[in-house]
Amino acid sequence: MDAHNLISRAQGHYVRAIDDGPIEDWPEFFADDAFYQVTTADNHRRGLPAGVIWANNKAMLKDRVSALKEANIYEPHAYRHLLGQPAVLEESEAGATSETSFLVVRITGNGPTDVFASGRYLDDYVFDAGRALIKKRIVVCDSSRIDTLLVLPL
Amino acid sequence: MSARNTGAGVPTRAGVPERRWPPFLTEVPYWVFQDEDVYRAEQERIFHGPMWNYLCLEAELAEPGDFCATFIGEQPVLVTRDHDGQIYAFENRCAHRGSLIAMDHYGHAKDFTCVYHAWTYNLQGDLTGVAFEDGINGKGGMPPEFCKAAHSPRRLRLASVHGLVFGSLDNDVPHIEEYLGQEILDRIERVLGGRKPVVLGRFTQSLPNNWKLYMENVKDSYHASILHLFFTTFGLNKLNQKGGIIVSDNGAHHVSWSAIDRESEAGEHYKDQKIRSDSQYQLQDPSLVDSFSEVGDDITLQILSVSPGFVLQQIQNSVAVRQVLPTGVDSTDLHWTYLGFEDDTEAQRLIRLKQSNLVGPAGYVSMEDGAIGGFVQRGIAGASNEFATVQMGGDQAVSSESRVTEASIRGFWKVYREAMGFAADTAGGAHA
Repeated sequence: MDAHNLISRAQGHYVRAIDDGPIEDWPEFFADDAFYQVTTADNHRRGLPAGVIWANNKAMLKDRVSALKEANIYEPHAYRHLLGQPAVLEESEAGATSETSFLVVRITGNGPTDVFASGRYLDDYVFDAGRALIKKRIVVCDSSRIDTLLVLPL
Repeated sequence: MSARNTGAGVPTRAGVPERRWPPFLTEVPYWVFQDEDVYRAEQERIFHGPMWNYLCLEAELAEPGDFCATFIGEQPVLVTRDHDGQIYAFENRCAHRGSLIAMDHYGHAKDFTCVYHAWTYNLQGDLTGVAFEDGINGKGGMPPEFCKAAHSPRRLRLASVHGLVFGSLDNDVPHIEEYLGQEILDRIERVLGGRKPVVLGRFTQSLPNNWKLYMENVKDSYHASILHLFFTTFGLNKLNQKGGIIVSDNGAHHVSWSAIDRESEAGEHYKDQKIRSDSQYQLQDPSLVDSFSEVGDDITLQILSVSPGFVLQQIQNSVAVRQVLPTGVDSTDLHWTYLGFEDDTEAQRLIRLKQSNLVGPAGYVSMEDGAIGGFVQRGIAGASNEFATVQMGGDQAVSSESRVTEASIRGFWKVYREAMGFAADTAGGAHA
């Protein structure tokens, strides 16, 4: 399978894990030493390193899931991710670099469908046993503004 | 979401119906979070009143020409550094027809030109140029008596406190040191004194509630271990902690702090205890809470607020400033600026980035605060004539060794009702 297909397949399942569950599957799309960050276009452009979410290994992503299941308190809500086609920028036998645009709508409680976030994934993938695993994902949100809170990952 | 109180009100100054405030500090009327006319009056009496409003960090205006476009209440203001090295601030509104002078949140400029008709301002906010001021070929142009110096945007009064820039639109604002008081100054100095902050990131959280519900939440040390269960769930609460609440003399500002209690750690009782509480859940990467002493003392948490809308936070090694800006009766912008310091080691910087997960819109110990104000705003709909009760820890607005108190919330309202001119309803008082 070529890079485009491997990445598309991985991303399709990635958003399904977040939007429809089980959310415990979400960290499994990452390599053990993966880097994951949610930031804004403004911070990214200015080279500011902090994230709304910042993780430098898969264990931290699993802790995110445990926290949202067991510890944090929030009104029940769900996302729906709409992804663009991945733009594969570099590829080799071992992996690829790609960018993918996303739009996420959020439904909180019995409320309406609200546009929650748009942006792009800046990704490094490693290919492992016919599967694309995320080695690095920087989620660059177009807006600097986050409504109310961000619990589920993007 | 906001329910308006259309009850019998007598118009007083600025067209605001007279409000009767409960005589005790232990009651907060819900209309104060709901009424459009109260919101309008706050812009005048609080944000344009004799208060100091946080604007930005000196470090964000490092070079001459650097500017920050921010707000005092709803009003746009520009903060700049000129070539004389000084910081200036003025209304971000063209003296001609009212357009914004600058739009970038943070930027760099040699001067400012309004895009509408190219009226030009220098970095100190002086009107220096008017396009076609003398007309063309002797025709048109401004009248000869037009004086540019008389048409500059209003300048703000400014004060810097350990690198924090505060501004005021009222010339009668007290001196900043008098405004804050020594205890608050000392606690700002503790975190920022003599240090050079570095911005690690900026995030804006839109809150679905009145700005005062967020300020109450910040000042509310009672809720911390109840609403925020992250540390408890993962057994990260250290049992050997001491702490307290400082309320400034006038009530307006507060500090909530906790520290490692070395005495209890050395005591007999402590030896039989584990350092952390037992828990069913553990973090897979507990390095999240591996901390270093932030400034060489034992204080692991310090939340400091300055009325009307500023917060300085140290939660372990997550240091941030928060600017609270009202955008409507039931909407508020919360601007987070995450900080490191110039002399951070690489290892310290890594700890700060990991601990950025604790705070902000997705923060393990702060995300709930983004939603709780909205739950209150929705909960009090239709209850304009009812009251919140804030009796925890007594009825005074004073410092305390216990954090199971609402003393700093009472202090906030004490100053607020005075600034707003709400008279105490001495005929009431049946709500205690």
